Amino acid sequence: MTSVMETRPKTTRAGTRSIHRLARGDRPVEPVIFEKSVPGQRAVDLPPLDVPRADLPPELIGAPVELPEVGQHDVMTHYTHLSQRNFSVDGNFYPLGSCTMKHNPRINEWAAALDGFAQLHPLQDDEQIQGALRLLYETRCFLQEIAGLDEVSLQPAAGAHGEYTGLKVIRAYFKDIGQPQRHIVLVPDSAHGTNPASCTMCACHAVTVKTAHGYTDLDDLRRLVNEHGANTIAAFMITNPNTAGLFDAKICEAADIMHDAGALLYLDGANMNAILGKTRPGEFGADVMHFNTHKTFSTPHGCGGPGAGPIAVGEKLAPYLPAPQVMMAEDGSFYFDRDRPKSIGKVRSFTSQFGVLVRCWAYIAACGPDGLRNVAEKAVLSANYLAARLCNVYEMPYFDPKKGRFCAHEFVTVPNRLLRKGVSLNDIAKRMIDYDIHPPTMHWPLRDCLMVEPTDTESKRTLDHFVDVMLQIAQEIERDPKSLAEAPTDAPIRRADEVAAARNPVLVWEG
Amino acid sequence: MDYTQITPHEQSAMLEAIGAESIEQLFNAIPQQIRFNDTLDLPPAMSELQLKRELAEMAAHNHGPHDMVCFMGGGAYDHFCPVLIDQLAGRGEFLTAYTPYQAEASQGSLQAFFEFQTQVARLTGLDIANASLYEGATAVAEAVLMALQHCGKRRVLVASTLHPDYRAVLRTYLQDLPGDLVELPADGGRIAAQTVRRELDDEAACVVIQSPNVWGLIEDWDGCFGAAHERDGVCAIAVFNPIACALLRKPGECSADIAAGEGQPLGVPLSLGGPYLGLLAARNQFMRKIPGRLIGRTTDTEGRAAYCLTLQTREQHIRGAKATSNICTNQGLLALRATMFMTAMGKHGLREMAQQCYHKAHYLAQQITALDGYALKFDGPFFCEFCITCPKPVTQIIEAAKRRRILAGIAPHGRRMGRIGDENDLLIAVTEQRTKHEMDALVEVLEEFAT
Ligand SMILES: Cc1ncc(COP(=O)(O)O)c(C=O)c1O
Repeated sequence: MTSVMETRPKTTRAGTRSIHRLARGDRPVEPVIFEKSVPGQRAVDLPPLDVPRADLPPELIGAPVELPEVGQHDVMTHYTHLSQRNFSVDGNFYPLGSCTMKHNPRINEWAAALDGFAQLHPLQDDEQIQGALRLLYETRCFLQEIAGLDEVSLQPAAGAHGEYTGLKVIRAYFKDIGQPQRHIVLVPDSAHGTNPASCTMCACHAVTVKTAHGYTDLDDLRRLVNEHGANTIAAFMITNPNTAGLFDAKICEAADIMHDAGALLYLDGANMNAILGKTRPGEFGADVMHFNTHKTFSTPHGCGGPGAGPIAVGEKLAPYLPAPQVMMAEDGSFYFDRDRPKSIGKVRSFTSQFGVLVRCWAYIAACGPDGLRNVAEKAVLSANYLAARLCNVYEMPYFDPKKGRFCAHEFVTVPNRLLRKGVSLNDIAKRMIDYDIHPPTMHWPLRDCLMVEPTDTESKRTLDHFVDVMLQIAQEIERDPKSLAEAPTDAPIRRADEVAAARNPVLVWEG
Repeated sequence: MDYTQITPHEQSAMLEAIGAESIEQLFNAIPQQIRFNDTLDLPPAMSELQLKRELAEMAAHNHGPHDMVCFMGGGAYDHFCPVLIDQLAGRGEFLTAYTPYQAEASQGSLQAFFEFQTQVARLTGLDIANASLYEGATAVAEAVLMALQHCGKRRVLVASTLHPDYRAVLRTYLQDLPGDLVELPADGGRIAAQTVRRELDDEAACVVIQSPNVWGLIEDWDGCFGAAHERDGVCAIAVFNPIACALLRKPGECSADIAAGEGQPLGVPLSLGGPYLGLLAARNQFMRKIPGRLIGRTTDTEGRAAYCLTLQTREQHIRGAKATSNICTNQGLLALRATMFMTAMGKHGLREMAQQCYHKAHYLAQQITALDGYALKFDGPFFCEFCITCPKPVTQIIEAAKRRRILAGIAPHGRRMGRIGDENDLLIAVTEQRTKHEMDALVEVLEEFAT
């Protein structure tokens, strides 16, 4: 193995980054790993083969795979450099609405990496993995309690996969009770894109329900039930607190409308962080719900995943949950039950996102019941605090504390007054990057909105800093709106040309 | 501890700024009759010290490849993983970021995923790859949905030698959709090109064949996909093992149109089955139909190389009910591990790893079949996994091996494997990590049962 000693200006090793520094936005480009390939370099080696070579028929052999050849030091440097070109919860305020970017406790990482968890083969006998099964069983019980529902399946791999699984369970239930024609799922116009997309994958027809002033329009809901016929409706799929950052107080009425029609209520639990221990989906009429452990229960987002999307259901839907299910036997031992004749079957290989669920268990156990309630309170307090401090400058259609209209764990702002000065929403978002803040969720659920979710784990100091930055940006817009079109000026790159990327897609390196 | 940081004093000041009298007032939208006024029935909060004890205790109640010698495969393999992967993938800048929606704040993960897409495309011999799906079985299901959408037909021909979990997931995914599953019967543990030809008709959308298959056998992709392509518009879907691709003929070399597989062997811990890594690659013609995130290379306003999410009109957040898939959160961190793994092993390292798997598996097969009463179940070529028929029911043999701290393999007649084999069958996987000494120890256990 070779490694060349080189001088190191700051964190950048000479020779590994492009020397083409440009006059503006003075940041070096990180070459792709293939450009760093040097024939013969190896980062790790294997012990010599300790058995005789077997015959390998030439017709089976494929051409070599052109993977890069890089020494160990350069491997470290490459990915270290890449990591330095990323915003993260560890390094930045990351108020990405609906994603609950809270702190990721490191005890959780420690636990998931323990050999006794990380080194278990998925097909081992139950008796060898009693500790893991106990953890899964307890996670199941924790989530049942938090949901106020009867049975949880831990199989789904993420929220959208939970939606899919939940809708399949609903379909299976209706087929089993002789109502297979129920295929319409009512979905608010403010729903997350995964909701209607999951319907399609289950061959359900997603029909849009209007929202008014941030809430489901119950008259429209009733109208649609009548229009399509009560006996065609499978479910109403609602997020509550909803994507406008509001708890929909008419949820029980919506549940009644569904139940009177013989249909079910599906709760998208993406926003559970706002109601932990304050109310439970089971109490407000949900028949099925999914959790996003990577939102509510602090499992890290990992540049896009993994998450986990356990679903909770009421008693009458439990027989249809995916198999296998983790169970406790009478003698206190744990096992996977594969005997579930009415189950929808499998939705993934093996059993679950186990490593993610270890972190989920560790988080719930750390918080305890009072801690979880405090999490919801601090999440809601933080969002209301930011909203209150910013609402005079950034208009908020649904927030009016003087009239007792508070937000839940997040709020949306449609900053029309600033936009009228000649900046775009994108300009505002990109300018936030210059201040080391990750932009909020954009253009959803309203066209020109920012959706801000500070989560429960930020300090008041960080929240105040965010307010200062947002007010500063507003002032910049007042002074010189054009200047924002340049943003970001202090990031690894200036604005990326996304239009060109889509027009002429380059998805692989061909150098 | 709940990790919140706002003090009671700060809370009062914040409430005042809001103009609220109490925290409770902020929850006034939740009607009284649905308030939860109890305490959740959960164990009391634990300190980090208690958590460490409790978790270490639970972990200590598990046995597996960390304290036993592992010959189990069946879709999850005990491969070597360089230490540097844990160090790099554990960096908070990767661990605690999310989907790179904001390109300028996410160039690191975007570039890493672009490199990942390139490596997966090269590994499979195809044109493009996405930035990950959940795991192998859903990747295969998504590949089939893509093929159905592509050609508008409904018959899906699936090898009966595809992993039983993958077939089960396909059944679930196709159950309510216009897609009919037809299982291709095997002949000597493999699918004959003639069988594919026989089952093809005008309604055939795709042919799905896994190699190495559930028995570890190398299928005749060339023959089967060649047969598939004798009919216009039929998609050939290869279900692949990424380590095998470093040595054997790849999907693209065998005329596959789409390749889907489990990326776990590429530096992802076994972790009782998840989180794993769904891999999906395809020919260029599928670019606008492929599910999941795609990263494109572009430039910034100064003309420098830049990366961003692209072709997003395929995706749920733009297209809703008409999206190519519902996937949103994917397996980003595992894709990062895999790209780091492929870089660290490199062109020669990964091929050497595959070669060692091959030679070691063949050594062990030879030693076992030299014992009286043991024989290979099938005589087709295999890669790193093979099935032997034993002189006794394998449950006895597996128990005996356990007492020597050996995980002898998988019983294909068990529920977990969908009861595909006979009670004397044993499926054994060998990775580069197994030593001659360990293999000889397994042979010794088996010898006790020889006739
Ligand atoms: C409201 C809502 N529903 C569903 C989802 C989908 O969850 P996931 O990304 O875990 O699949 C998300 C988040 O991404 C969401 O915000």
